[in-house]
Amino acid sequence: MIYWNSFGDFIAMGGYGLYVWGSFGVTALIMAVEPILVARHRKSTIARLRRQLRADARVENRSTEQ
Amino acid sequence: MTDRFNLYRFASPATFYPLAGRMIPWFIAASIAFGLAGLWLGMLVAPTDFQQGEGYRIIFIHVPASWMSMFIYLVMAFWAAIGLAFNTRLSGMMAQALAPTGALMAFLSLWTGALWGKPMWGTWWVWDARLTSELILLFLYIGYMALTAAIDDVRRADKAGGLLLLVGVVNIPIIYFSVQWWNTLHQGSSVNLTKSSMAVTMLWGMLLMALCFWMYSIAVALARARTIMLERERHTDWVKAELAGEQK
Repeated sequence: MIYWNSFGDFIAMGGYGLYVWGSFGVTALIMAVEPILVARHRKSTIARLRRQLRADARVENRSTEQ
Repeated sequence: MTDRFNLYRFASPATFYPLAGRMIPWFIAASIAFGLAGLWLGMLVAPTDFQQGEGYRIIFIHVPASWMSMFIYLVMAFWAAIGLAFNTRLSGMMAQALAPTGALMAFLSLWTGALWGKPMWGTWWVWDARLTSELILLFLYIGYMALTAAIDDVRRADKAGGLLLLVGVVNIPIIYFSVQWWNTLHQGSSVNLTKSSMAVTMLWGMLLMALCFWMYSIAVALARARTIMLERERHTDWVKAELAGEQK
């Protein structure tokens, strides 16, 4: 079922190892980093919006007290 | 009448936001499942190519990335058209959410293409129709993101960006048909509806990888869209409730 005879053969890719793994490596890197960046941006956005919301609420309270 | 009502309901960010949040884990799971199956078939089971040796295995990411780079652009252009015609809020957010992923797919298409071209053609890059039009696609994505980021007013940014997307859509058929219209170093398409030039395991490996890229793009774009929705709708009651509710 498995095409390769050994793990070494698999890594060597018949002499095309650099090109094949260079392609798969960069793709894997991008597909790992992009979701992390999206998640981090989401976290920081939510934190910022909450701060703004609290600041707005304080301003509103002060204006109703006066 | 109820159908129309439902359609409008899902076009509203307040309904779309929780729906997208529930769907994202499923798209991630599907992407991983298709990816593992595709890699197993393509990298472990599929035989070698009689012309290109093992170097052909780059196809399992090169073709899915190239397809996604073109398809994401078409989806963005579709949203741009809807946004310009009906002035819907959601469309600009969706186009904005898709752009970075589309740009990355265009980059991956060029990157894997260069790594494939070097051993097969003897060069990383040629200024031929297929490669050049794909490079223009990458510039269109970058141009769209730069243009919308440079305009402070969100509505205006969406409109200007949408126009750019619609003008640039002419590039997609140029990319797609370039291998037929012009003499090019790039090989013709390997997948054909009537007859395919690929072995069955290769074809399935590639289709599974394409599905993996598809699910991945949807998951990332939906996640990005949800953040954009919070940002843009921050003055609405539903976002205020959402922000208060997610407090830990």
